[in-house]
Amino acid sequence: MNKVQINRIKDKSFGVLGLIATLSGLIILGFFIGQILHEGLNRLDMDFLKDLPSRKPEKAGIYTAWVGTLWILVMTTLFAFPLGVAAGIYLEEYAKKSKLSSLLEINISNLAGVPSIIYGLLGLEIFGRVMHLGNSLLAGSLTLALLILPIIIVATREAVRAVPNSLRMASYGLGASKWQTIWNQILPASMGGIFTGVILAISRAVGETAPLIVVGALAYVPFAPSGPMDEFTVLPIQIFNWISRPQHGFAVNAAAAIIILLGITFIMNGIAVYLRNRWQKKINW
Amino acid sequence: MLKLSGLITVLTTIGIIWVLFSESFSFFKEVSLVEFLTDDQWTPLFANKRFGIMPLISGTLLTTVIALSVALPLGLTIAVYLSEYAPNKVRDVLKPLLEILAAVPTVVYGFFALMVVTPFLKTIFPNISGFNALSAGIVMGIMIIPFVSSLSEDALRAVPKSLREASYGLGATRLQTAFKVMVPAASSGIVVSVILAFSRAIGETMIVAIAAGQQPRLTFDPFVPIETITAYIVQVSLGDVPHGSLEYKTIFAAGMTLFVFTFILNNLSFWIRKKFREEYE
Repeated sequence: MNKVQINRIKDKSFGVLGLIATLSGLIILGFFIGQILHEGLNRLDMDFLKDLPSRKPEKAGIYTAWVGTLWILVMTTLFAFPLGVAAGIYLEEYAKKSKLSSLLEINISNLAGVPSIIYGLLGLEIFGRVMHLGNSLLAGSLTLALLILPIIIVATREAVRAVPNSLRMASYGLGASKWQTIWNQILPASMGGIFTGVILAISRAVGETAPLIVVGALAYVPFAPSGPMDEFTVLPIQIFNWISRPQHGFAVNAAAAIIILLGITFIMNGIAVYLRNRWQKKINW
Repeated sequence: MLKLSGLITVLTTIGIIWVLFSESFSFFKEVSLVEFLTDDQWTPLFANKRFGIMPLISGTLLTTVIALSVALPLGLTIAVYLSEYAPNKVRDVLKPLLEILAAVPTVVYGFFALMVVTPFLKTIFPNISGFNALSAGIVMGIMIIPFVSSLSEDALRAVPKSLREASYGLGATRLQTAFKVMVPAASSGIVVSVILAFSRAIGETMIVAIAAGQQPRLTFDPFVPIETITAYIVQVSLGDVPHGSLEYKTIFAAGMTLFVFTFILNNLSFWIRKKFREEYE
């Protein structure tokens, strides 16, 4: 065999290796989802969704957990969405290339790299102790809002940046003010991208466990929360609690709750991908 | 108004630093910095309290190193395959599918590590403990594969096509082109992806809290229970620790240590991206 042939064989075999590596990631994911379905699917019924937590695994349900998750989802969105979009627009449309804007930029990338559990410590001290919100839904959702703010800001900036300058110039040419241009032209044109980023960020917030544990969300809450100042638990914390118990029945419960949590995550990610594709197709600058 | 919302991000940073510093400061009034950095025992929750952060750092580094030794070879191979070998259509399908790995909540990975991977490892290494760094590290590695593969692939794709074609024109195979031309040209981006994966693995919490145990010990044995910085913070937060007590302050001192590590890594990645970016044309 000469050198050329050897090189060709090496070349081909790396291609095969690459495909195997890529598929192995997916196969592990598939195997894992299969395991979860196998363990938990039979446990999943309407009673599981309606039951309160219990010492007996076969009687325990996730009612308090999914109600808590729903509250967290809505409240976090209410805080993070307007703030994140406003900050993204400010940075992209208003901030000049100044010291302040480059400081903001470095700061945001730094925040995106801070581990989520550190946000938990921030929430525990600022929202929990200083603002006296304790371990309420409000403290938890404010903490998560700060956590996902950098993601929303970055997504907003990218979406706004993708709007071509000609649109801006045309709007100014017709006599529109800067704010009119942003509100009537730029925002509608970039909405698809912004929503994609926001949905991905919220799906991240729904799956977060550690910061909420640190803020003081409880593993056991006897009743579902009914207002923003109530104590709460969320699905991931309920799952964590069940995993840490020795009885096999709770592991089955955890698998069943994971099916629900993964369902929520995948649906949100699916919507985000769908929006991105539709938005990219519709607008061809 | 808009400016204010931008400033909230600055307030967040100031808040994080202030909270970590002020609580750590009152911690270090009671425990000397020398003990914190040099003692080889971490037992704040026991009667005989010792405050050496080293066991938590060694636990954190151990799981991180295991995770990276899974994620780097796989992630980089995938990146090279997707950018140099895979047809466009295949890549457009595989890349988003792989990114699902990063979208799965970490508590779910914790379940996987404890219920599936550890029992499997037990069949190979019968003396492995029920909680161990190996299982948590491997699963964490699977989770961060997309961080390495997606960012590295973006870096490879940003290299101008002309370089690749020039290499083909000289008679190089795809493999030679990939590793002798493309990877060196994209090296700063690839290094950045590795650093970010490193930083992500250090801060990862739920997988290690569930599967690696709660026993801080200064060891690099992957078969025994250990504790990471993040898992310690979770352990204390789950218990009923009164505000203002020394135990309460320990989680801020531990959080401070974690923050310093990730802060250095993140800024190192910005610096590399800025300084070593290869410019063409």
